[in-house]
Amino acid sequence: MADGGLFARWPVIRQLRGQDGRGQAARSARTDALRPRVEEADSVARSVCPYCAVGCGQLVYVKDGKVSQIEGDPDSPISRGRLCPKGSASKQLVTHAGRQTTVLYRRPYGTEWEPLDLGTAMEMIADRVTRTRRDTWQQEHEGKVVRRTLGIAGLGGATLDNEENYLMKKLYTALGAIQVENQARI
Amino acid sequence: MAECHPVGFQWVVEAKARGAKVFHIDPRFTRTSALCDRYLNIRAGSDIVLLGALINHVLSNELDFREYVLAYTNAPMIVSEEYRGTEDLDGLFSGFDPETRTYDPATWSYEGVTEEAAAGERSEQLDHGREHADMGGPDQYGAGGAAAHPKPKTDPTLRHPRCVYQILRRHFARYTPDLVAELCGISPEDFAELAEAITAHSGRERTTMWVYSVGWTQHTVGAQYIRAAAILQLLLGNMGRPGGGILALRGHASIQGSTDIPTLFNILPGYLPMPHAHQHETFDDYLARAGGDTGFWGRKRSYMVSLLKAWWGDAATEDNDFRFDHLPRLTGDHSHYSTVMGQIDGTVKGYFVVGENPAVGSAGGRAQRLGLANLEWLVVRDLTLVETATFWKDGPELETGEMRTEDIGTEVFFVPAASHVEKDGTFTNTQRLLQWREKALDPPGDCRSDLWFYYHLGKLLKERASSDERDRPLRELTWDYPEEGVHGDPSASAVLREIGGVGPDGALSGYTELKPDGSTRCGCWIYCGVYADEVNQAARRRPGREQSPEAPEWGWAWPANRRILYNRASADPDGRPWSERKAYIYWDEKKGEWTGPDVPDFEKTKPPGYRPPEGALAEAALSGTDPFIMQADGKGWLYAPAGLVDGPLPAHYEPFESPVRNPLYAQQDNPARRLYPRPESPYNPERSPRFPYVLTTYRLTEHHTAGAMSRPLAYLAELQPELFCEVSPALAAELGLANGDWATIVTSRTAIEARVLVTERVRPLRIQGRIVHQIGLPYHWGWGSGGLVTGDIVNDLMPLALDPNVHIQESKATTCDVRPGRRPRGADLLRLVEEYRHG
Repeated sequence: MADGGLFARWPVIRQLRGQDGRGQAARSARTDALRPRVEEADSVARSVCPYCAVGCGQLVYVKDGKVSQIEGDPDSPISRGRLCPKGSASKQLVTHAGRQTTVLYRRPYGTEWEPLDLGTAMEMIADRVTRTRRDTWQQEHEGKVVRRTLGIAGLGGATLDNEENYLMKKLYTALGAIQVENQARI
Repeated sequence: MAECHPVGFQWVVEAKARGAKVFHIDPRFTRTSALCDRYLNIRAGSDIVLLGALINHVLSNELDFREYVLAYTNAPMIVSEEYRGTEDLDGLFSGFDPETRTYDPATWSYEGVTEEAAAGERSEQLDHGREHADMGGPDQYGAGGAAAHPKPKTDPTLRHPRCVYQILRRHFARYTPDLVAELCGISPEDFAELAEAITAHSGRERTTMWVYSVGWTQHTVGAQYIRAAAILQLLLGNMGRPGGGILALRGHASIQGSTDIPTLFNILPGYLPMPHAHQHETFDDYLARAGGDTGFWGRKRSYMVSLLKAWWGDAATEDNDFRFDHLPRLTGDHSHYSTVMGQIDGTVKGYFVVGENPAVGSAGGRAQRLGLANLEWLVVRDLTLVETATFWKDGPELETGEMRTEDIGTEVFFVPAASHVEKDGTFTNTQRLLQWREKALDPPGDCRSDLWFYYHLGKLLKERASSDERDRPLRELTWDYPEEGVHGDPSASAVLREIGGVGPDGALSGYTELKPDGSTRCGCWIYCGVYADEVNQAARRRPGREQSPEAPEWGWAWPANRRILYNRASADPDGRPWSERKAYIYWDEKKGEWTGPDVPDFEKTKPPGYRPPEGALAEAALSGTDPFIMQADGKGWLYAPAGLVDGPLPAHYEPFESPVRNPLYAQQDNPARRLYPRPESPYNPERSPRFPYVLTTYRLTEHHTAGAMSRPLAYLAELQPELFCEVSPALAAELGLANGDWATIVTSRTAIEARVLVTERVRPLRIQGRIVHQIGLPYHWGWGSGGLVTGDIVNDLMPLALDPNVHIQESKATTCDVRPGRRPRGADLLRLVEEYRHG
C-alpha cells in the first residue's frame, strides 16, 4: 500500500500525482478486500478441457453443489495454466440454462415431446434393442457365419471418455451390432 | 493451429522466438498466418502437388538424409517387375479394374513375393486386395500395417531401376515448381523459399516438423496426403527424432482415444481388425491374415487373446479359440455414410447417437435426416437438444415440404448426458496422452454419463438374454464393475484397469507381458500399463515445472508412456546420436541399454549390432537398426507395397468436384474414390460452369464443430454470432456482394445463406492461366442445440465423396456458386437447387 494518510491513499490522488493508473495507484481498500471466488470453493477437481485435443488442464471449482469457476491448471506441462476462449467459457458449458436435464420422449408420428421417467426409458430402450436384434438377426450371410445384426447402429462423438467407448464397443460387439461408428471417421 | 488449437500454438510461438522458421500453408489467412514467418496461399485440394514437388526437389538434388534413408527406409527394396505406375498408365497404377473401380494390389509388391512370401502377405497380395479395398482396408492389417516380406531383395547403391528410390524419382519427376504455380497458386519464388527452408532444416543437426488437421484428411485422397508427408519426412530423416514428425492436430478432446478404443466398424481396441466373414473364418485364419508375423505386430495373438479374455472371461478358453466366434463378422463397408444409406433403405431400424450431431455435422445432411426419419427408434444422448434429436419437429425438410412431422414414424428417446466435470474418466489427447479427469460433482436431473448408460443398458439386456445360442456372447460377457455413488455409476477406474490389463499377479505394466495362452486379460493392448502397479497412471499430475520437457510423470502416453514414437531413429545405425544438439535416445555401450530422456521405443537391451536369426518372429525378427518396430520389416515405407487401396504412392488427383482440369494425367480424380450414386446424394458435374468456385470449410476459435458445445454459451455466441462466407474483394465486386449483406451459396445438394465477409484474407488464385476464386465457410451453425445463435448448415452443401482407404468425406474442397441475397424459402429452395442441377 502507498504510504500516507487516508487522503493520500485515495487512488485518484495518487494517479493525479503521476503514478501509473494501471499499477499500484489503482489499488483501493475495496481492491484489497476482494477475494478470488476460487478461494471460497468447497472443492476443486483436476480436469481436462473438453473441446479440442490439445488437452489443456482445467481446475473445476465447486461451491454449494454448483460449479463456481473453471480455470486453467498452471501445473499442466501442456497448457501451463492457459485456456482458449472455449476453454475459458466452459463453466457456461456445464451451467447454461439450455441444458436439457430430463428425459424426453417422442412417440412415433407424435408432434410433441413428452416427459418420461429415466428408468422407464431405459427399460423401453432395452426392449427395443432386444426386439430389433431378434428380428434382424443374421446368423449367416452368403454361406458364411456372421452372427450379427444390421438392424442396430451407433454413432459416437469424440468427446466421450475412453472408458465409455470401451463399454460401448464391448456391448455392441457382444450384441452383434457392427455398424458402430464415430466422429473419428468424419 | 492458432485458430483451432490456440493453447497448443503457444509452443510454436515459443519455437519461433528461439529461431524456428514457421510456414503456414492454407487456403485461408488466419491468426496462424499472422504469426508465422511466411504464409503461402494454396488452392484447397492441391496439396499433393506441393508435397510431391518438395519430394522431387529433395530427390533431384540428392538432398535426402542418405544415411538415414539407406538404413531406416525401404528405399533400397526392389519392386516387382509387374508394377506399373501413373507415369506408365496415365494416372493409374497397375491392377485397376474399371468395372469395380478397385485395385488389385498384387503387382505393387516387392520382387520375389510370389515365390517366397509369408502366408499372410501372399493371401493379401494375391487373393484379397479387393475385399480389403471394399472394407476401407488399411485398418484390416492392424496397427502394424500390411504384412510385408521382412527381407526383400535390395540395392544399397539405390541405382537399380526398380528399387523404391528410383521408382520415387520417376513418379515425382513431373511435380515441378511450375506445376505448383499452375495448380496450387504458389509462386516459384515462394516454393523455392519453402524448399530451401525444409531441406536446410533437416539432417543431422536439425529437424523439420509438419503439422496438419482435417484440411489434409477430408479429401478423396486424404490418406495419400499423409503418405506424401510421410515420404518427405522419411527422405529428410525427420521421423522418430525430436522436433520432427508429422503431427495430427485432432479437433476433439478424445478423438485419438476414439480410434485407439474405437467405436469404429472395422477395428477392435488397439487397431486389431474386426474379423471378416470370408477371410477370418477361424482364429488361425484371422491371425494369419491380420498383418505380419514379424515386428511387434507379430505378437498379435497375445493382444487378441487378452482382449477376448477381457470380454468373455472364464468362458474364453484355448479349446474354443477364446470365443473368437463370439465376434460378429464384417462382409464389406459398414461405415457411417453406408449406414445412413441403410437407414434410408430400411435395413437399419434402431440408432444410438451419443455426443454426436450428424444432422448438422456430417456431409450432405439431408441424407442424414432422411435416414433418421426412416428409423423405427432413435436414442440421442447429449447435453442439449441437438438437431439430430429434433429433426422431426423443426428440421429444414419440414420447411421445404419434404417431410411432415405426422408422417415421421421414428420413436425418439432423448436421454441427457453428464458433462465432462460430472464424471471421471480419461481423454486421450492429440499426442497420445491419457489424462484422467476427476469428477467435480454429480450431474443434474436425469443426466448420466455414457458409462452409466451403457453399463445399465448392458445389465438390462443381459437380463433379457434368452438361452438361445444367439445370446451366448451376451450372457457370457464380463460385465461386473463395482457401482459407486447415488446413481450406481460403474467405476471408471475399474474399467480403465480392465483396459490396461491384468494377469495372475494383478495389473500389468506393459504389453510385452501379454500372453497368448489366456493367462492375461487386456481390453486394449496399446494401453497396457496404464494401470501399472495398481496405480492409475493417467491420473499422475506432477507439475510440469518440476519435470523435464517430456514431463513423463504427467498423465500416461501410449504405448509404454513413450512421448516420441519410433525414437530409435533419433540415433544412427550404430546407436550414436545423429548430433549432439539432436541427441534423444541412444545406445549406452557400458550399460548395454538404450537410454535418453524418453522411454526407448525399442527393446531396451537389443544392441545396434543385433541381427535376427533365420526364421525369427515378432520383434526378434527385426535387427538392431530397424527403428519402425510395428512394421513387419522395421522400415519406414517410402513406397507402400501393400496396405493402401488407391495406390502404393500418392498421386495428385483433383477433388471429386473441382473447377480445374488435372494436367498431370488423363485420370482427373481418384479412380478408387467412393461415391453413393443415388438420388439422396447428387453431385456437381465435373468442371461445371454452374459451380465455378472452390468451396472450403473450417472452424473458428470461438466455436466447436457442429456447435452444440458452443452455440448455447453466451460468451461464445456473442463473440461469433453469425454464419458468414469469406470472399475476396475481387469476387465481391464481380458478383455484387456487399460486406455485411447476405449471400446464397449453392451446390447440387442445397443452397444456404450467410453474411458476406469481404476480406483480403481470401485471395484469388491464378490457376492454369485463369483466376480461380475460393470461398471459405465456417460450419458451426444449425437451427437448434439450445443455441443462442442459429444459422444455416454448411455441411448440407457437401458431397458424399469419400476417401477409399478410410471412408472420410471430402468436405475440404468442393465447388459451388455464390449469388447475392438470401436463399429462397420453402419449396422455392428445392426449385433453385433443381435448376442448378439440370440447368
